[in-house]
Amino acid sequence: MSSFELQAENVSKVFGRRLIFKDVNFSCKNNGIYGISGPNGSGKSTFLKIITGIISPTKGKVIHYFDGKIIESEDLHNYIGFVAPYVILYDEFTAVENIHFFSKIRGINFTQEKLDFLFQHFGIFDRKNDLVKGYSSGMKQRLKFIFALIHSPKILFFDEPTSNLDNSGKEKVYQTVKEESQNNIVIIASNEDSDLAICSSVLELQDYKI
Amino acid sequence: MSSYALFKKDLASELRTRYAINSLVMFIVVTISVILFSIGNEKISDFLSGGLFWVVIFFSAMSGLSRAFVSEEERGTTLTLQLIASPTTIFSGKLLFNLILVFAMNIVIALLYSALFEAFVIKNLSLFLYAFILGNIGIAIASTLIASIIAKASSKGTLYPVLSFPILLPLMLTLIDLTKQAMDTTTFSSSYVELAILGCYDVVMIAVSFMLFDFIWKD
Repeated sequence: MSSFELQAENVSKVFGRRLIFKDVNFSCKNNGIYGISGPNGSGKSTFLKIITGIISPTKGKVIHYFDGKIIESEDLHNYIGFVAPYVILYDEFTAVENIHFFSKIRGINFTQEKLDFLFQHFGIFDRKNDLVKGYSSGMKQRLKFIFALIHSPKILFFDEPTSNLDNSGKEKVYQTVKEESQNNIVIIASNEDSDLAICSSVLELQDYKI
Repeated sequence: MSSYALFKKDLASELRTRYAINSLVMFIVVTISVILFSIGNEKISDFLSGGLFWVVIFFSAMSGLSRAFVSEEERGTTLTLQLIASPTTIFSGKLLFNLILVFAMNIVIALLYSALFEAFVIKNLSLFLYAFILGNIGIAIASTLIASIIAKASSKGTLYPVLSFPILLPLMLTLIDLTKQAMDTTTFSSSYVELAILGCYDVVMIAVSFMLFDFIWKD
């Protein structure tokens, strides 16, 4: 069971004069799959960035707890895994080098077995020593899942997780989401009905425009 | 350790992409060549050559040091860094990379400059070395902070020297003054005030950088 908790209270975001959403309340306490939905421009990605601490809300607050203690923003990156189309990995490095550099910067250790398992699981084991610039968009998306899972995060954020993936890739993603949700919190932001169908509850951001 | 890991990532990336090194080397060669051609057969004074030395360093720094953050922004990897490390780690790692780059760049400039300009003769080497080391540290800290500010702007190339000039001006003026003293027969003890200014500049800039970077990095 996850002892991680996320609470977003009265979160609003304004870019210039444009209100993205207002007074959004969102919380996840138990392990499971939570969805965030809304049409294009409704602020799904912005909301994800706010609840992961990447950007600040205009109003409201987001608090993360682990074992009942508040996680300081300086340490938050160690608890989260994030996959999104706008997460870019380094083209000049190989897939393995990318993961090694990220892990060293995070200050975490992982076993070779875990790394090999993830590369096998996402079907890019044979290409793991190729430069990322030679990867297709679908392969890059698969590598992003390895990037998000290698440090065994307590909460996972997936923004449009099945974009650029073929059917087998989508199956792998759904399988991963279900497995991870047994022990951790998984939050999916998407418009795809198939992505939202596996969520136990869905936050509709369009309702927070006014 | 995380900062050092980020530095190693940046170094490996730089060695593969030559993002900053190529432009720095070209800029150093072109700037020194332009000064050599513009002087021609004229004999310039010792002190003018000392001033020109820091002008070359200032403009070379402007051409290459912004890359630490601009390259991340241009490739879209800023968000990835935000996901793997704290702002303090990011700034420390980038600062370490810029420190190495500044020292390497300025040692090359100093060697080239000494070889090509007869008038550039340092009589008090220890004073010059102190000024050189403290000056390089100041340039690296200030340019790393400014690079993080301008990285998200649309006109980065223009904004970087414009923002850097007022911040680096007190440092440059002190460095030019100290170089002049090192080229003269000034003793080390009579330059304490200028050295103290350099030391204070470095301390203030590093403190301000770590205080501000969290806000710059997040929004």
